[in-house]
Amino acid sequence: MAFIPHTEAEVLQMLEAIGVQSIDQLFDEIPASLRVRSLAGVPAAMNEMEIGRLMSARAHEDGRPLCFIGAGAYEHHIPAAVWAVATRGEFYSAYTPYQAEASQGTLQVIYEYQTMIASLTGMEVANASLYDGASGLAEACLMAVRANRKSTSQRVLMPTAVHPHYRKVAATAAGNQAVRFEEVPYNPADGRTHVSALARYDGQDITALVIQQPNFFGVLEDVDALTSWARERGIFVIAAVNPISLALLKPPGEWGAVGADVVIGEGQPLGVPLCSGGPYFGFMTTRMAHVRQMPGRIVGRTVDVTGRDGFTLTLQAREQHIRRARATSNICTNQGLLVTAATIYMSLMGPEGLARVASVSHARACELTAALTRLPGVRQAFASPYFHESVIVLDRPVAPVLQRLADRGILAGFDLTQDYPGLGHALLVCATETKTSADIERYASALGEVMKAARAA
Amino acid sequence: MNNVPADLKYTKTHEWLRNLPDGTIEIGITDHAQHALGDLVFVEVPEKGRVLKAGDACAVVESVKAASDVYCPIAGEVTASNPALAATPEIINEDAFGRGWLLRLRPAAGAAPVLLSPAEYEAVLAAEDS
Repeated sequence: MAFIPHTEAEVLQMLEAIGVQSIDQLFDEIPASLRVRSLAGVPAAMNEMEIGRLMSARAHEDGRPLCFIGAGAYEHHIPAAVWAVATRGEFYSAYTPYQAEASQGTLQVIYEYQTMIASLTGMEVANASLYDGASGLAEACLMAVRANRKSTSQRVLMPTAVHPHYRKVAATAAGNQAVRFEEVPYNPADGRTHVSALARYDGQDITALVIQQPNFFGVLEDVDALTSWARERGIFVIAAVNPISLALLKPPGEWGAVGADVVIGEGQPLGVPLCSGGPYFGFMTTRMAHVRQMPGRIVGRTVDVTGRDGFTLTLQAREQHIRRARATSNICTNQGLLVTAATIYMSLMGPEGLARVASVSHARACELTAALTRLPGVRQAFASPYFHESVIVLDRPVAPVLQRLADRGILAGFDLTQDYPGLGHALLVCATETKTSADIERYASALGEVMKAARAA
Repeated sequence: MNNVPADLKYTKTHEWLRNLPDGTIEIGITDHAQHALGDLVFVEVPEKGRVLKAGDACAVVESVKAASDVYCPIAGEVTASNPALAATPEIINEDAFGRGWLLRLRPAAGAAPVLLSPAEYEAVLAAEDS
């Protein structure tokens, strides 16, 4: 669809129709003192050639570091076809369908995406995506309050081993809507959330339990035991998962005897590059029994008057444009472009390709952990199974070590000191299928040299 | 012509109330309300045992074109909700004052709601139509 700006004559015609002299006059009610007249500090305009040079110079400063940081966003190989197809004009819209049924292709892509993500998580129904994994968790907590009608407490059990950013976003978005979060500590020996840590809530009115698999430390939780504990007590189970890991691990729909109630996660690993933190997309799936409490858009498949297959937005009475203040969410959109890329990624990889990405990532992470913990002054924090990241502990502060390694072009991991001071000099390291044995060796020998130099100093 | 049974009480927000022999009160939405909503596709009713205040949103009726809250006209504790609605919400369209009831509740002590007589409710409908 072409973007055609209004001509000056059309603008004047519209102003005349509403009886206003100028566009400025429309803003009269904003006091002059609040209006910004000029933007101080913004340099003069540059032409295309100048801006091109400036941007390449800045991009060059980023270098091509070898990245071992995971912590919620993961570097995976993205087949060239993913973005070649996603950026075609027919798909290249970042946003949610408005005149939805006129865009059958867009709706079909979303429908295929929903089918894939529901199947990957082992659930019955998916929405058309959310902003990101963290806001997905906030939405899932609010959904739990609506859907778990046996509970009136609005108390949600949140393990400390859940991603710290997810916890912060949930506290900000859902905490201000009267949801109360109770933090459940992890076991310091194995980095897992134990059912025994939940025992103190036995007999209390609890709305939901959040289970992240793998948890923020990369460690695999005993999801069956946690899910069963919650479901037996009428507590809603919110699963936060890494979609790549589901190619190997049991999907949340099969956790415990009856499965999780709602599943959310960060979709970035499915074909979306690491780009300064976004845009990414969140996914959400649930059981049909809870579908009317699920936020976001849902595309359904139907037939038209002549019996031909067609796609349509469905269950819209949950949404803001119909239910207003009592809608399931005040965010009534989806991440169209990222979901398109993820759909192409998943269809190119297939179940077998995804499983290979997951198992190679796991093997690389094991190789990395072994290589690093062979060094003096480096040990593994938890003796537990993990997916593609693990926590290592150094015998000295992490930040200076990370800086020295960054100077050598290695992004060596996520410093856990601030979020988890109890772990000591802890570092979260990640390796995916993108890292070769030579890359891992390069990291290990650089870390060895940096640690040795630090000891000598 | 509006269908407004003479043996019920009403609210301005189109709920009806029926006094049952056991002292509980049955609540539903009026024929006018179901007609305005169109074909119902989903109805959410409160759990037995839930304690409601007058004016609380106690149920949701969703049609192909809208979803509306049903407001509880009187404070009390829910003693039953209509189990047939989960599978067959259309019974509200077919029989709003009978098979399509939503919930029953035991009124709280001293609950004295302001309700409309059939004649007063007909006046409300007449005003809406004009």
